[in-house]
Amino acid sequence: MSLPREEILLGSDQTPGIIADMAVRLANDITRPDKRVVVGIRRGGAQLAYLLRQQLTPLLDRELPLGFLDITFYRDDLDTIGPNPVVGGTDLAMNIDDKRIILVDDVLFTGRTIRAALNALFDYGRPEIVDLAVLVDRGHRQLPIQPDYAGVVIETGEREFIKVREGEGGALTVVRRFL
Amino acid sequence: MRSTAFTEGSGSEMIAGNSAWSKKHLLGMEGLTREEIGVILETASSLREVNHRDIKKVPTLRGKTVINLFFENSTRTRTSFELAGKRMSADVINFSVNASSVSKGESLYDTVANLKAMNPDVVVIRHPESGAPQFLAHHLDAAIVNAGDGRHEHPTQSLLDILTIDDNLLRLGRTEFSGLTVAICGDVLHSRVARSNAWGLATMGARVRFVGPPTLIPPHAAEVFGVEVHHDMESGLAGAEVVMMLRLQTERMQGGFLPSTREYFHYWGLDRRRLAMAAPEAIVMHPGPMNRGVEIASDVADDPERAVILDQVANGLAVRMAVLYRLCGGGRKG
Amino acid sequence: MERRASLTLIRGGRVVDPSRDFDATADLLLEGGRVRAVGRVELPADCEVIEAAGLVVAPGLVDMHVHLREPGYEYKETIAGGLAAAVAGGVTSVAAMPNTRPVTDDPSIVDFVLGRATAAGLANLFPIGAITRGLEGKELTEMGLMKEAGCVAFSDDGRAVVSGSVMRRALEYSRAFSTLIIQHAEDPGLAGCGCMHEGLISTRLGLPGIPAQAESSLVDRDVRLVELTGGRYHVAHISTAGAVAAVARAREAGLPVSCEVTPHHLALTDEAVMGYDTDAKMSPPLRGAGDRAALLEGLARRVITVIATDHAPHDRDSKRVEFCRATNGVIGLETLLPIALELVRDGVLPLKECLAAITCNPAALLGIDRGTLAVGAPADVVLFDPAEVWTVDASRLHGTARNTCFDRRRVMGRVKLTLVGGRPVFREGI
Repeated sequence: MSLPREEILLGSDQTPGIIADMAVRLANDITRPDKRVVVGIRRGGAQLAYLLRQQLTPLLDRELPLGFLDITFYRDDLDTIGPNPVVGGTDLAMNIDDKRIILVDDVLFTGRTIRAALNALFDYGRPEIVDLAVLVDRGHRQLPIQPDYAGVVIETGEREFIKVREGEGGALTVVRRFL
Repeated sequence: MRSTAFTEGSGSEMIAGNSAWSKKHLLGMEGLTREEIGVILETASSLREVNHRDIKKVPTLRGKTVINLFFENSTRTRTSFELAGKRMSADVINFSVNASSVSKGESLYDTVANLKAMNPDVVVIRHPESGAPQFLAHHLDAAIVNAGDGRHEHPTQSLLDILTIDDNLLRLGRTEFSGLTVAICGDVLHSRVARSNAWGLATMGARVRFVGPPTLIPPHAAEVFGVEVHHDMESGLAGAEVVMMLRLQTERMQGGFLPSTREYFHYWGLDRRRLAMAAPEAIVMHPGPMNRGVEIASDVADDPERAVILDQVANGLAVRMAVLYRLCGGGRKG
Repeated sequence: MERRASLTLIRGGRVVDPSRDFDATADLLLEGGRVRAVGRVELPADCEVIEAAGLVVAPGLVDMHVHLREPGYEYKETIAGGLAAAVAGGVTSVAAMPNTRPVTDDPSIVDFVLGRATAAGLANLFPIGAITRGLEGKELTEMGLMKEAGCVAFSDDGRAVVSGSVMRRALEYSRAFSTLIIQHAEDPGLAGCGCMHEGLISTRLGLPGIPAQAESSLVDRDVRLVELTGGRYHVAHISTAGAVAAVARAREAGLPVSCEVTPHHLALTDEAVMGYDTDAKMSPPLRGAGDRAALLEGLARRVITVIATDHAPHDRDSKRVEFCRATNGVIGLETLLPIALELVRDGVLPLKECLAAITCNPAALLGIDRGTLAVGAPADVVLFDPAEVWTVDASRLHGTARNTCFDRRRVMGRVKLTLVGGRPVFREGI
């Protein structure tokens, strides 16, 4: 067994600029900041949601409410997650009825996580709009789901792992791992 | 509403113990590791949130079949498991088998053979005889949850009790179970709740006492469970931070275990005066249903500052959701 | 049918006959269903020869505590089925307990049972009559007439004779016929609803326990009644240190008190109940390690002089239930010899003493001319390989019932040939 090979796609020096750019694009599209809520999908989307909200605050001149969604109980692959799924817990303190949600995840792949997240979200209320923001769109979709805001689009093989890691100070690194 | 003793780091960190569940069945607290208890409680903590939403349901166990097989009347435990299954979107079927119809003919083995045909994923069993869940585990492929067998074990009650204590650790001035003093009082002999809690709390590191009349303490209890045994409430409650009262079944008078409920309450009932002997912030627990005036005085049972009895009920639902989830989910194919 | 030579020579085996304190390589000549000679024997003409080199040649085993379920419970075991199990275990004489339906409390039932055994033509059956009618613990049975019909002892086994006055009268009355009173010593009030030994394991399993004192307190009382009456008293399946001590004191005082122990109480403890195994459920229950040690010591010190199986066949449905609801009892005829030989292996008893406990000692208590290879005695003989290692397999036993607590146990010592009255009734590999 050889160790998996790893390649850094985006370093911690590159991602802040990408996130800042996403924030600018988002801010340009936001017409009703009073209705906007940022929701990160645990676990990978949580830190990105936090960073995005941070970038949006000066642009919008207000701090948007931030929530976290745990989708463990909404997955469609109960038998294949592996022996012990991690349950992080949902933390949506705000009412999301009629809100315009910015749903945030780190990597968009098959689309199943987003499907589960939408289902979970609608058990909490009925948002007016849900936009999807991801740091990396790596292709290979299995469901009709597309990002509204993607930091980068990366060509990948189906069997590669694309991971977003949180480094010191909360900066993100995107790595590619081969089996 | 995060659990104190099990949460480590921020929400995006790996939670310790979350990778430790490997049991096919939940037959008892004996033999569960601290990590396994942690997994259930951590999952239950997450699931509590579901019970406070408008839509109190998650699709997790869609397509799974849970059979509640109850050989004893227990509306509370049965509805708790039923609701737990339904909130996880499982198909839940209730079989209430009257003990008298059992004696008329159908054996447990026949019942099991019938269940087999329904191919359930989980069977929850409550039975008056110790060991009945082991019998099912031996004869069925489904995951078995012991919802109380004879005087043996009642693990989900213990798990919900541990979760309830965990919720109150901070107020007791603690961050972990280690060193916590728990007094389990009353009819310990006939109590599966006491047995499960003795195992579970000891695994968590708590110091457990059994307090009750000598006729109602199991033989060799100190040696088997590693508990302290007290026959009087004064020494048994001294410094206790958790006071867990057990239900006294009135049949015990006929069995010659006790002369009267009057004398029982006089010496072993929990009232204000006795509660004052416990630690200042001590919480009062009871697995229900309570016999007011027999093992516990109403003003203690209803004291919102001390009694956490209704919290136990709420936690019971979350714990049972977590147990069903862990037994159905996660890697059973592998 | 093969023609039987009237003479059989068992040649070159290690003949162990505890009744005559004999243990040597020798030949055994049988003629007309009786022992004709032991020692160096010249091969007579027209004689069947059985080569026994490497085997132990011993008197056929005597098991003084067996439940045959006929009449009344033939679905558990028949007399023929039980006797087939006996000869497969090298047991040539069984004493059958009276708790059938109807109870053996009348000479007519004795006749019936003996007729069935004769028809089976396997091991010898010696009926034990009930002490009280219907085992109800109230009125004495016709012990004299039943003894004449063939009963070799009296017992209400399965239940204790609880009433002190009934036990007193039974011990007194039995003296008129010099017969043995066998007590199932368990105080039912103290045993309560217990379904296993009261100890660490019962507390762990949440099963109601039976304290050891339920046995020892009744034996203590009965020994006092023996002092009072002089009757011959025998404790069935003794299981506790306290009861062994009571029997030891009585024997030291010269009282006619004896006792037997089962192979399962010698080999197992209450740990075997872990997992709620109903094949480890019997009365009296498997005890703790301290009691087991006292039983082994009691054998070594000759306080316990008999090993008997309490062979109790049950149908599958009686055992395939919740532990508390399961019927008491395990079978034991086919595992008696190898489990007894574990005592030799473990240095508890020498081979001759061990065989005495399953041959001449019980025969003497029952007053039957079995369990010996004395010249002129009935030619009941067992040949076994003391070194053969085998694994007990419940599904391959010879009786009807399967409720053994020794399933999958590796044991040593295997019966090769069993002769009853000189006739081979069981043969395995020779």
